[in-house]
Amino acid sequence: MEKKTLVIGVIGADVHAVGNQILYHAFTDAGFNVINLGVMVSQEEFISAAIETNADAILVSSLYGQGELDCRGMREKCDEAGLDNILLYVGGNIVIGKQPFEEVEQRFKAMGFDRSFPPGTPPEVDIECLKEDLHIQ
Amino acid sequence: MNPVLLIDFGSTYTKVTAVDTDEAKLLGTASSYTTVQTDINNGLNSAIAKLEMMTGHIEYRERYAASSAAGGLRMLASGLVPELTAEAAKCASLGAGAKVLKTYAFELNEDDANEIRKIDPDIFLLVGGTDGGNSKCILHNAKVLAEIGGDFPIVIAGNRNAVRECERILAGREVHICENVMPKFGVLNIAPAQQVIREVFLKKIVRAKGLTEASELISGIMMPTPSAVMAAMKLLAEGTEKQSGIGELIAVDVGGATTDIYSVSDGMPDDPRTMMKGLPEPYIKRTVEGDIGMRYSIRGIVDSAGIKTIAELAGLTVERTEELIERFAEHTDLLPDSDETKALDEALACMAVRIAVTRHAGRIEETYNMCGTAYVQTGKNLMNIDRIVITGGSLIHTEHTEHIASFALYDEKDPTSLKPKKASVLVDRKYIIAAMGLLSEHYPEAAFTIMKEELVNNVIAK
Ligand code: B12
Repeated sequence: MEKKTLVIGVIGADVHAVGNQILYHAFTDAGFNVINLGVMVSQEEFISAAIETNADAILVSSLYGQGELDCRGMREKCDEAGLDNILLYVGGNIVIGKQPFEEVEQRFKAMGFDRSFPPGTPPEVDIECLKEDLHIQ
Repeated sequence: MNPVLLIDFGSTYTKVTAVDTDEAKLLGTASSYTTVQTDINNGLNSAIAKLEMMTGHIEYRERYAASSAAGGLRMLASGLVPELTAEAAKCASLGAGAKVLKTYAFELNEDDANEIRKIDPDIFLLVGGTDGGNSKCILHNAKVLAEIGGDFPIVIAGNRNAVRECERILAGREVHICENVMPKFGVLNIAPAQQVIREVFLKKIVRAKGLTEASELISGIMMPTPSAVMAAMKLLAEGTEKQSGIGELIAVDVGGATTDIYSVSDGMPDDPRTMMKGLPEPYIKRTVEGDIGMRYSIRGIVDSAGIKTIAELAGLTVERTEELIERFAEHTDLLPDSDETKALDEALACMAVRIAVTRHAGRIEETYNMCGTAYVQTGKNLMNIDRIVITGGSLIHTEHTEHIASFALYDEKDPTSLKPKKASVLVDRKYIIAAMGLLSEHYPEAAFTIMKEELVNNVIAK
């Protein structure tokens, strides 16, 4: 079966690099074609990379607490760029402090993110979700 | 003695340079006015006649030529995302010595199609998508090109999963397929496309531009003039088997219509912790500013630098500056003949150099976080380059070349622009650089020695 392409990176001015590296290796080992944009990635960079590589999903990391601000408007920009219905995930420590995750999830859903992941989610969970959403047996 | 003749067919002048490769000596240079209308051989013959008045008759063993005649190698390119494959396509074409009239991004529309038909380029470079990535765009654009008709050759250097389909769509057209300019995301691979562009130039363009007759006299290597300049700059920077080069450098060529900047450098950050963003940069990079030039593009200089700045620099009033600029724009063949026009020309040149080098150079941005400062670099770091080569008709005859060149340097008012901190200037007074690039293909030692000898070296300070 053809490999699915994922674009990953850490959004905004965020420099937390460790989780991103772990995700890169975990997804690659799981058989994905991973385009890793590293840290400090703008919405535009995610989108441009997804266009050129014909990506199946964009996975945004945010650790430093400004995730909500950084992610705002991303779905609209994807639509604008012709990335129709591309799968959008977000994870890390996407909001400041400890907030009930259901609420956080709802807010990101409203922003057009298909799934949000709470702090400390192990990569196995992410991979299961990807397989389900991208219909990989 | 092994006399070799180097010819540069330009759009207005044919220049000839005679060298003796055994002694690594320049024998003489001459140039003659040519027009598009006149046979290219007339220009060549009269340039040679002028040259022989100085050198006496010479039986040349070899003759090599470069050409930017008839508008140079006129190219169009199309890619997908503007900062990614479209930029890579532009970069590849410029690096192959082409004059890139336009670069299209995303899917071509009807207006683009009409424009392409009208421009009727010498070569079209069709790219888009990483290997295995987007193929929709390049396939669409191939269809548009097929519908346009015409017989310009098309070089396809996009997503490898789509190129054969593009070829089928373009059945009946001259198509050349080569490796993707961006095989993987963020990887620049422009050498294969450049090689193909060069071959097509040799086979087709040279013939089409009426250079065939001349080329019978010529032993070989016809290349676009900018490619010859690039070859010369690479040689000067790197040296030869026997001689060491002068190190990383930039070259500045301010013309009447465009300003070309070349850099030979890896452009990496000083601090290895600095993060790199954007497309990787080619080691030999050429940029062409189509809106910056001393006559045809004089308005672009004014738009970018501001009339006040130019007037101040020239020591003229704004009104007078406006007047003179109006006149230069209208009469593109005017040469500076008074103190006023000389001062204005110099001010314009200073600004052209600053604008074009600033656009060529990379930038560094500071971002703060709790653990200190982080730096992000886009483009090339030219801060440590300490040689600036000045060439091109507009600059080599000016009196204050060093002063003009100093506008290529780092500017405290624009601290994020990564321009050279300090540098010495090498002025191509005899206009031999393109010729030495040609010569370097077979006689690198002689070409290097002659350049070192002939480029006048002066230190500039700001
Ligand atoms: C190391 C670290 C740093 C280092 C980073 C070094 C580096 N270059 O990587 C430094 C010192 C630079 C740093 C700076 C800051 N940090 Co810090 N940092 C940490 C720390 C201790 C560990 C992060 C880490 O590497 N974790 C290990 C990796 C493997 O886990 P991970 O990043 O969470 O990623 C995993 C999962 O979250 C998930 N995942 C991540 N992204 C995504 C995306 C998707 C789509 C999916 C499905 C899954 C997923 O998968 C990953 C792999 O398993 C955390 C606290 C903590 N224990 O988490 C704070 C922490 C992230 N930092 C924090 C803060 C506030 C900062 C600073 C703003 C200020 C400060 N207090 O120092 C600056 C911000 C700098 C900047 N501009 O980014 C806060 C964030 C608070 C918030 N979000 O509300 C934390 C949580 C500490 C805290 N409890 O206050 N930090």
